Amino acid sequence: MSIITTNNNGIVKSQTITGNTTILELTGEIEMNCVMQLREAVMEAMQESKIVVLNMTEVKFMDSSGLATMVETLQQSKRQDKQLKIAGLNQRVKSIFEISRLETVFDIYDTEKEALA
Amino acid sequence: MATILETKEWIMTAATTRHTHIKLKICAFLEYLSLVRHSVRTVADNIGMNIEQAEAVTLAVQEALTNVIKHSYGGPCNEKIIIRISELQGPKFPNGAMEISIRDYGKAVDPEKIIGRNLDDIKPGGLGVHIIKSIMDQSNYFKMADKGMELTMIKIVNKDTSVKASCPH
Repeated sequence: MSIITTNNNGIVKSQTITGNTTILELTGEIEMNCVMQLREAVMEAMQESKIVVLNMTEVKFMDSSGLATMVETLQQSKRQDKQLKIAGLNQRVKSIFEISRLETVFDIYDTEKEALA
Repeated sequence: MATILETKEWIMTAATTRHTHIKLKICAFLEYLSLVRHSVRTVADNIGMNIEQAEAVTLAVQEALTNVIKHSYGGPCNEKIIIRISELQGPKFPNGAMEISIRDYGKAVDPEKIIGRNLDDIKPGGLGVHIIKSIMDQSNYFKMADKGMELTMIKIVNKDTSVKASCPH
């Protein structure tokens, strides 16, 4: 059974909780003015679930503020023995991981389905 | 209240060449960064950058502006930032190039102290300068005589790849 929450405002478009997994579907542009919202959403999801998947298919742009928040939440997930997975990065967003040499630090999957497999 | 103070664009058209120069004057609020990104992307498209280059330059400018707001001004505020985006031509740039300068009037620091951090140390933050230097062909910080800093960045158009930028965001 899944619990799906949709949100028409902000960068979290929907949250789906299934078993021990929460999928956060992100959307829009992740930059400094919305990183607090991202951090809160991921931290909250990690309290709910063992595995958190960030579906970033609809994220059009992310800067280093967003990336810093990703690193922070990844470190938090490790401290809490949780898994943070990222799925659906387009090349534009993926490039910031590559420039910062962080693409191997995260669990990155091409699709949400692959992240859940 | 935040306002866009000035937006100007003028295109000088000669018989065979077009030179684009855009000057934007914005208040130091995050809400205006997408406007600058769009302008950068438009110029990148117009001078023939491929998608990868255009997106990278847009990211570098975003990082530079975020750094100004965070570090020079200590957070969003009503102070001004002036952005100039220019197309460069000439023997040094056979395929063309784009120059972007970002002028702020905030806290100035020694340009030699503006360096990217060690990427082997996995931690949040401090990546902006590294990203700028990785993407741009030239980037130089200047401490201005009166107040603030200016960052000038140049990206040379790379015609090696065939995919051309087409979709500004």
